[in-house]
Amino acid sequence: MNQTTEPVSAPKIETLEKIASQVRRDIVRMVHACQSGHPGGSLGCTEFFVAMYFHLLKHDPKFNMQGDGEDIFFLSNGHISPLWYSVLARSGYFPLEELKTFRKINSRLQGHPATEEGLPGVRIASGSLGQGLSVAIGAAQAKKLSGDPQTVFVLMGDGEQQEGQIWEAAMYAAHHQVDNLVATLDYNGQQIDGPVDDVISLKNIKAKWEAFGWEVMESQGNDLNQLIPKMEAAVALSRQGKPVINIMSTEMGYGVDFMVGSHKWHGIPPNDQQLASALDQLEETLGDY
Amino acid sequence: MTKYTYTEKKDTRSGFGAGLLEVGRNNPDVVALCADLTGSLKMGDFRNEFPERFFQVGIAEANMMGLAAGMATGGKIPFTGTFANFSTGRVYDQIRQSIAYSEKNVKICASHAGITLGEDGATHQMLEDLGLMKMLPNMTVINPCDYNQTKAATIAIAKHHGPVYLRFGRPKVPIFTPEDQNFEIGKAVKFIEGSDVSIFATGHLLWHAIEAEALLASKGISAEVINIHTIKPLDEQAILDSVMKSKCAVAAEEHQINGGLGGSVSQLLSQQLPTPMEMVGVNDSFGESGKPAELMEKYGLGTNDIFEAVLKVIERK
Repeated sequence: MNQTTEPVSAPKIETLEKIASQVRRDIVRMVHACQSGHPGGSLGCTEFFVAMYFHLLKHDPKFNMQGDGEDIFFLSNGHISPLWYSVLARSGYFPLEELKTFRKINSRLQGHPATEEGLPGVRIASGSLGQGLSVAIGAAQAKKLSGDPQTVFVLMGDGEQQEGQIWEAAMYAAHHQVDNLVATLDYNGQQIDGPVDDVISLKNIKAKWEAFGWEVMESQGNDLNQLIPKMEAAVALSRQGKPVINIMSTEMGYGVDFMVGSHKWHGIPPNDQQLASALDQLEETLGDY
Repeated sequence: MTKYTYTEKKDTRSGFGAGLLEVGRNNPDVVALCADLTGSLKMGDFRNEFPERFFQVGIAEANMMGLAAGMATGGKIPFTGTFANFSTGRVYDQIRQSIAYSEKNVKICASHAGITLGEDGATHQMLEDLGLMKMLPNMTVINPCDYNQTKAATIAIAKHHGPVYLRFGRPKVPIFTPEDQNFEIGKAVKFIEGSDVSIFATGHLLWHAIEAEALLASKGISAEVINIHTIKPLDEQAILDSVMKSKCAVAAEEHQINGGLGGSVSQLLSQQLPTPMEMVGVNDSFGESGKPAELMEKYGLGTNDIFEAVLKVIERK
């Protein structure tokens, strides 16, 4: 983690926004190419991933599983894999060309992230929801035992908060003062069957995490100017005896006008015309894969 | 007279506790997690000697499996401890995704397996765990037979890289294997040489197989008794070599017949050496409260059940 409290410079933001535009192109092209996958949540979390991998995380694209001396990141809501794969490839973890293989046979880019074929950047399989927070807490405790000063990050979905294991993990981390951990909750308000509030409402999710003994903060996830200082503030709140969670509001499908804000784009791919329309809205800044 | 004797009975879970303490002393990367059953799992000595490497998880087994996967990712060697029921069925998906599929070096250590848990009854008498665990790719499955073998197995799995399910029990049972033995994962152990029938036994049932062999010998039947402590990977060659000679087989385990050791042996034999076979195990039912010895008899897991199974299978040769 860069221990900077300086505001992020305008040119830096501009660079990150260019990366985000290209990553969004990758996402829609990947799910279109295999006609499956989850574009909505992927588009909604693009700023978060770009901010993490291109600014906040201390990480090494040469990748080793233990990540000693590095910040490490776990993705619990594994279905937003196209976003993660794009960001990993564009960070240098594996060749961009490999994005073509997403969800196809004999690929390392499985529908949901997996370690079995040794894809650099992925440390645990995820997809069956509710498990990533426990894993991240375990990794954070391993770092403490090893005397490693770096931070463990994890991203969870909002619908995923309905899983009981999340709350087992929440209770544990507060009790054991796992304070080298920063969790982020992608609060886009949508899940497969509809708005989260209609499916099973999270009610006052901030109060819930506070009641479980966490340091809680809120952020806007689709604005890099707001998100980066908030994530830096989250890290600054760590090491004070409490785990930290950032409840990050995002819009599902952000960046593609016909996908924004609807659960309908949770898990379906665009057709040819929709792809063309989406790509018209997203500047090709770094070259398509 | 049995060919093996014992002077002392101890619970296999205590063998686990002793083994865990030893691996904790020998390897600073070993950590232990327990879901509110430290005393039952005999993890107290480890906790007292290495408090910084012991993690009390509370009654939250799903979280425990995820924590262990995360600690393994960070280079630690986690041993999780709870009852067999809560170590497998309750947390199957956590084990499947975060440990087995993710190839994490986690040792899932499960006590109170099988019907000899006794009075607590069927809710806690886990009889499906070997099947659940052996179906998972990447998983090694071990069910030792006595205190000494359980201690040796615990030491061996700490040196083995990869996910392991280690299953042991609650009651005090005879100690008849040597102290400080070398436990080889995946290697069957021939306890008694014989020629008329092969008895493949695991866990607590090995002692009963040894007792059954003595009864059979008195009737002029020569039984070979082989201990399959590792259900997966199965020592196929040891099984085939024995059955080649005996031409019939009996499997004995404190587990459902469905999906247990007998199923693994039968799968092997039906493909490579079709052979008459009988199964000693629980026959598609849940257990109930009672004393371990009473339950073993009622559910067909006693010495006499192995004896009868042998007579039956020999008839079918």
